[in-house]
Amino acid sequence: MQAQKLSIDEMKDVARGVRRNILRMVHQVNSGHPGGSLSSVEILTALYFGVMRHDPQNPAWPDRDRFVMSKGHATPVIYSTLAAAGYFPEEDLMTFRRLGGKLQGHVVMNKPPGVEMSAGALGMGLSFSLGQALAGKLDGRDYHVFCLLSDGDSQEGQTWEAIMSAAHHRAGNLTAIVDRNHIQNDGYSDGTHYPGNGSRPEGASGGWVLEDGHTTNIMQLDPLAAKYQAFGWKTYEVADGHDLEKLIATLTEAKAHTGQPTALICETTKGKGVSYMENNPDFHGKAPSDEQLAQGLRELGFEN
Amino acid sequence: MVQTFGEKATREVLGSTLARLTREGLDIVCVDADLGYSTSAVKFGQEFPERFFPVGVAEQNMIGVAAGLAACGKVAFCSSFAVFAPGHCFDQLRMAVAQPRTNVKLFASHAGIVTGEDGASAQALEDLALMLSMPTFNVLFPADAVECEQAIEVAARTEGPFYIRALRPKTSVIFDDSYRLELGKWPVLREGGDVTLIACGELVVSALEAAEMLAGEGVEARVLNASSLRPFDKEAIVAAAGQTGAIVTAEDHFVLGGLGSLVSQVLAESVPAPVEFVGMRDRYGTSGTWKELLEHFEMTPEAIARAAKNAIARKSR
Repeated sequence: MQAQKLSIDEMKDVARGVRRNILRMVHQVNSGHPGGSLSSVEILTALYFGVMRHDPQNPAWPDRDRFVMSKGHATPVIYSTLAAAGYFPEEDLMTFRRLGGKLQGHVVMNKPPGVEMSAGALGMGLSFSLGQALAGKLDGRDYHVFCLLSDGDSQEGQTWEAIMSAAHHRAGNLTAIVDRNHIQNDGYSDGTHYPGNGSRPEGASGGWVLEDGHTTNIMQLDPLAAKYQAFGWKTYEVADGHDLEKLIATLTEAKAHTGQPTALICETTKGKGVSYMENNPDFHGKAPSDEQLAQGLRELGFEN
Repeated sequence: MVQTFGEKATREVLGSTLARLTREGLDIVCVDADLGYSTSAVKFGQEFPERFFPVGVAEQNMIGVAAGLAACGKVAFCSSFAVFAPGHCFDQLRMAVAQPRTNVKLFASHAGIVTGEDGASAQALEDLALMLSMPTFNVLFPADAVECEQAIEVAARTEGPFYIRALRPKTSVIFDDSYRLELGKWPVLREGGDVTLIACGELVVSALEAAEMLAGEGVEARVLNASSLRPFDKEAIVAAAGQTGAIVTAEDHFVLGGLGSLVSQVLAESVPAPVEFVGMRDRYGTSGTWKELLEHFEMTPEAIARAAKNAIARKSR
C-alpha cells in the first residue's frame, strides 16, 4: 500500500525521532557520520513523508519514486528514515556497523530494502539516478528520481559529467538535492561557515590548515545554482533546508517541472539540532561520548 | 596449417549482435562515451536510437548511468576502449556494478599491444588484472569474432556483471558458426600429451600454430582456449598439469594479474608444474604495426614454441 502523506506537525515528530536514532546508532558502535546525517533530516523526511510515491511493503515497486543517496556515508539518516517509514524494524538500527548486522557503514544496494544504490565513494549517485530516470522515460513510467548530494559530492568530476548529460537527455524526471552544510571531512568547504576571522590569508592560493588540523577553505562551489543553470538545469534555492513546508513545496514544484532536470540547493546546518555538533567539523565522522549522547537526547526532548 | 576462416576484428560484431538480440526480445540499452563508432556500438544505435544513450567522453558517468538503467531492469551494455574503461572508471565499476552485481556489460575494445600505432598510452595491458580483481565480474576474452558474438550473447542472456575484451585489428577467425562458448570451460582445441599451451584472445591461433611447429619436431602440444577468464576452468588446468606435466600461458596483457598469474595460482594450490609465460612483462608498449609489436615483444607462435620446449626441459628437475 502506498505510503500516506503526513501533516507538517507529524513530520516534525518523525524528524525528531530520526535525529534521536542518528545519535543512538553512532553512539552504540562508537563510529559513523552524525553531522551530515543531521543536516539532511528534513530533506529525507519531506521526501518520504510528504513528496515521494512509494510503498515500504513493496520496495521493488516499478512505479515508485526513487531516492538515491549519493552522500553514501550519511547512513544514519537514511536508515533511520527508512525504518520510520516502515521499510524494516526500528530495532535493526542498533545493529548498525556491526558484524552480522543488517546495516553497513555505507549504503549497499537493497540492503536494507529501500536503499536504491551502493555508495560511499562520493560523486556516483547522480549518474546512477540519471540511468534510473532514462529507464523510466524509455519504459513510459511516470516515476521521479531524487538524488541527494553533499558539498563533497559536488566536487567530484563525475557529478559534473552527470549534470551535463542529464540536461542533454532532457531528464525532467530527475531532481538533484544538494545538502549544502559547507563542512566536510577535512573541515570547512568554502570558508563561508568558518567561524574565525578570514578563512585564509589575503592572496593565499591554497587552503589554510588550522592548528586543530581542520582546513578552512577546501573548495569553492559558489555560485552553485548558477553553475547548474549554465548546464541547462532549472534550479531552486532553499535558504533554510530545515524548513519542512518550504522543502515540500519546492520538491513538489520540482517534481512537476518537465523538459529539463531540476536542482534544489539547500542551505543547511551540519549537525543540526544538537548544539555541540552544529557547524562543527569534528562531528563529520565521530560519535558522541556517553555524556554528549545524553545531552543531545535532552536537547531533542528525549529522556533516552 | 591451422584452418582459419578469413579475418575479422572482434570489435566489429558488437553493434550488430546487440541489435539482433534486441530484435529477439531482450531489453537491451547501450550507453556510449564517444567511441561507439569504433566499437561498432553505433550499429545498435542506428536501429534502436531510443535505446542508445551517448554521454560524451565521460566513462565514469557512462558506468553510473548504465548501472541505473540496469537497476530498472535493462540489460545495460556500454562500450569504450580498454584504456578508458576500466582505466578511467575502476571505482565506478567496483561500486556501481561489481559490489551490487548490477546487470551491466562492459565491452572494451582496443585492448592489448595489438592496438598498434597509437602507442603505449592506447595499449591496455592491465585491464584484465583490474577486472579479475573484482570477484563478481565475469571476464571474457574471445579468441575471434565468432566467439566474440557468442560472448556478447552469453553476457546479454546471463544476469550479472560482464567484461568482454575486444581488439582493434582484423585477426584470424578460427571458429565456424557452430562454435558455442561455454562459461567456465576452456575447450581443448588440439590434443597432446607433452605440454599444454593455454592462450587467450588473438594468441589462441598463435598457440595452434606453435603446436603445429612443435609437432614437426615430435612434440605433441595440447592447446586450450582460455576465453572464459572468470569463471575459469580449474579442472582443465589441473588436468593439463597432471597429464602433460608442463604449461605455457600466452596472453596479450601483463603476465602479472592476467592469465599467467591465474594459471600459476591454480597450479600452486593443486598440481605444481613448470610454467613458462608468453606476454608482456615489466615494460610498456610502443608504436608499431600490430604484427611488428607481437614480434618485438615476443608474443609469436615461435615464442610460444620456444617457451613450450623450455617448460618441457624443466619437467625433469
